[in-house]
Amino acid sequence: MKSKLRISHHTLRLSVIAATLVLSTTMSTSANAADNGKYRIGVVTFLSGAAAGPFGVPAANSARLIVEALNNGKVPAPYAKKGINGLEIEMVLLDENGGATKQTEEFRNLVQRQKVDAVIGYISSGDCLAIAPAAEELGVPTIFFDCGTSKVFEVVKNPKFLFRTGLDAVVDNIAAARYVAETRPNIKTIAGIEQNYSWGQESWADFSQAFGRIKPEIKVVSEQWPKLGQGQYGAEISALSVANPDLIHSSFWGGDMEALMLQGGARGLFDKKTVVLTGGETGMEHFKGQVANGTILGGRGPFGAFSPKNALNDWFRPAFVAQFKESPTYPAYKMAQAILGLKSAAEKSAKPGVMPSTDQVIQGLAGLSYEAPSGTVKMARSNGHQAVQSISFGEYQFDAKSGKATLSNVKTYAGECVMPPDGTVNADWIKAGFPGAKCN
Amino acid sequence: MTTLIAILIDGAIYASWLFLVAAGMTIIYGVMRVLNMAHGSFYAIGAYSAASLVSWYFSSDQGNPYWSLLILPACAIVAGAIIGLFIEQGLLRFLHGRDEILMVIVTYALMLILEDATKLIWGVNPYFAYQPYKLLGQTGFGEHLRFANYDLMLIGIAIVIGLVAWAALNRTNKGRLLRAVIHDREIAIAMGVNVNAMFAATFVIGAILGALAGALTAPAISVSPGIGVEVIVLAFAVIVIGGLGSIGGAAAGALLVGLARSFAVHIAPEIELFVIYGVMFLVLAIRPQGLFGQTLARRI
Repeated sequence: MKSKLRISHHTLRLSVIAATLVLSTTMSTSANAADNGKYRIGVVTFLSGAAAGPFGVPAANSARLIVEALNNGKVPAPYAKKGINGLEIEMVLLDENGGATKQTEEFRNLVQRQKVDAVIGYISSGDCLAIAPAAEELGVPTIFFDCGTSKVFEVVKNPKFLFRTGLDAVVDNIAAARYVAETRPNIKTIAGIEQNYSWGQESWADFSQAFGRIKPEIKVVSEQWPKLGQGQYGAEISALSVANPDLIHSSFWGGDMEALMLQGGARGLFDKKTVVLTGGETGMEHFKGQVANGTILGGRGPFGAFSPKNALNDWFRPAFVAQFKESPTYPAYKMAQAILGLKSAAEKSAKPGVMPSTDQVIQGLAGLSYEAPSGTVKMARSNGHQAVQSISFGEYQFDAKSGKATLSNVKTYAGECVMPPDGTVNADWIKAGFPGAKCN
Repeated sequence: MTTLIAILIDGAIYASWLFLVAAGMTIIYGVMRVLNMAHGSFYAIGAYSAASLVSWYFSSDQGNPYWSLLILPACAIVAGAIIGLFIEQGLLRFLHGRDEILMVIVTYALMLILEDATKLIWGVNPYFAYQPYKLLGQTGFGEHLRFANYDLMLIGIAIVIGLVAWAALNRTNKGRLLRAVIHDREIAIAMGVNVNAMFAATFVIGAILGALAGALTAPAISVSPGIGVEVIVLAFAVIVIGGLGSIGGAAAGALLVGLARSFAVHIAPEIELFVIYGVMFLVLAIRPQGLFGQTLARRI
């Protein structure tokens, strides 16, 4: 019995150390704060981990491109003035990987030691919910450029310093529900496969409730909740195959999304079924023939392959392709519009060549309407702290001969059609039948 | 009935994958008493090597696509042997016999280095080697349920590897020598066994098995940064359930976890996340040394 106990303690000791090491993250800080007359922006996005490839790196590349172009005065009007208000922009780029606790520490470090004038960043819902109250507490203009969770402005009810220049998950999923209802009126049964964390759970709740409100006769036949980053979906694909729904909804992203499409396609899961990938646009260049034509893709707004033609996009898209040898996907667009929003706000009332104050930036950005490569961005929700934009969905089409993927049957929904009004809880708005929605 | 078939086959496929991932790790621990935290990196390197070579093979129109099925293990053997030999001879041989906790920290540091090295070599964008996955077609069960034959092939590969490992340990002279090292390293040295060579061979075999798991998985996934870290947690859970250092234990642990997870996905998907660790908790509560682990008194 004694020896058993020894072994169990030994195993336990090894387990604890192994688990601690796996879960621990590298911490790196640098403190070189200096008032050098430059406008210093902290940019936080995934540079490592599973979210780096699909989201973080395109966003970081976009930040590099925009900052360099702004500093050189190469961005077309209305952003031709160099830097921010004539001051050179200095970017402090940080990795978002490592979890909410680490990010909160890094955020404090950025503000208190590195003395950044503003922070732009955050993709992960968990990080956003942790940073939101810290941003208000430390009083630094903070712009969430991505961050899909709908809870941000529930955590911070009366934001002063916190802004989000992109849309949240409820918009994706109400628009997806409207798109499916319009283009696939015969669908009777639906199923969802979502990553088991706040993003996946909120996405499925929003989609299933919205679709159920639009088409009350639909039936949910299966819900699958694999772990984030699982990579192997054999059992989930079998469960979905056995349930045999007319439509499969997924908010998967990155490698998980691509693996699901690969494994499901090889097993015929998507034959004669409609598939909706709300964040599918980031995979368009990788899918090739692995994803069936007709798969419904979203781009989390008018970004990437859904982006409109305008002077800013005519500059941004080719410049990005030329520098990074790949097309900008939605995270790149969202980062660009966050930086341009900050510039617009800072230059709204500050005297040219003078460092804009925090008050000038936050007052300038609240309620602002400004131009971006994705079109006009209106800061019109949550007391002017949340962006309102249109959102598009379309069907994936791959041409094997040319090796190129395009979108067909694209439909665009105005922000006023798919965003709950201020002061309304998303679920209540959906349950009530989208009162006040303006859909053309 | 279809659901029952799905549970059993899904469980067997997942168990095979878990066994492939965990086998190398448990062999290394069994012989060297090194809980190799860098095992996930071997998996990632195998996956990246295979994805690179397979996509090159298909992009350069090299002829018979079935040759790609041989590229996968070939990649794993070459990549695993090189990296395994390099690490064992370049680092671990200087640390033989050190405290197990120290070795966990050393191999954890190795994992961090190898993770960054893979990013330096392959970048952060995903790699795909999907062609072999579809090559073998599907097998249908009932009206809607179909399995990729590639996945079914993994069951066979896992069984073969398990049997070869068992036979090598129990039916060959080298295997008997290895068991002598496992049983008592000092006595084995006294009897003239070249323990350092045994350790080097074991580590290389473990690294090849880790890389093989990655190479065989590559066709079904998007090979991207971080895949090795995910794997190490699962492999660790499986070998702890089975008993650290036991091949049979790894097989039993993989089967238990595979079937439990498959059952959860089909019957109660909301508990899927919990089920692997639930099984681990139950097994360790009843048998703290794992299913096949042996209770040994500590030598003072």
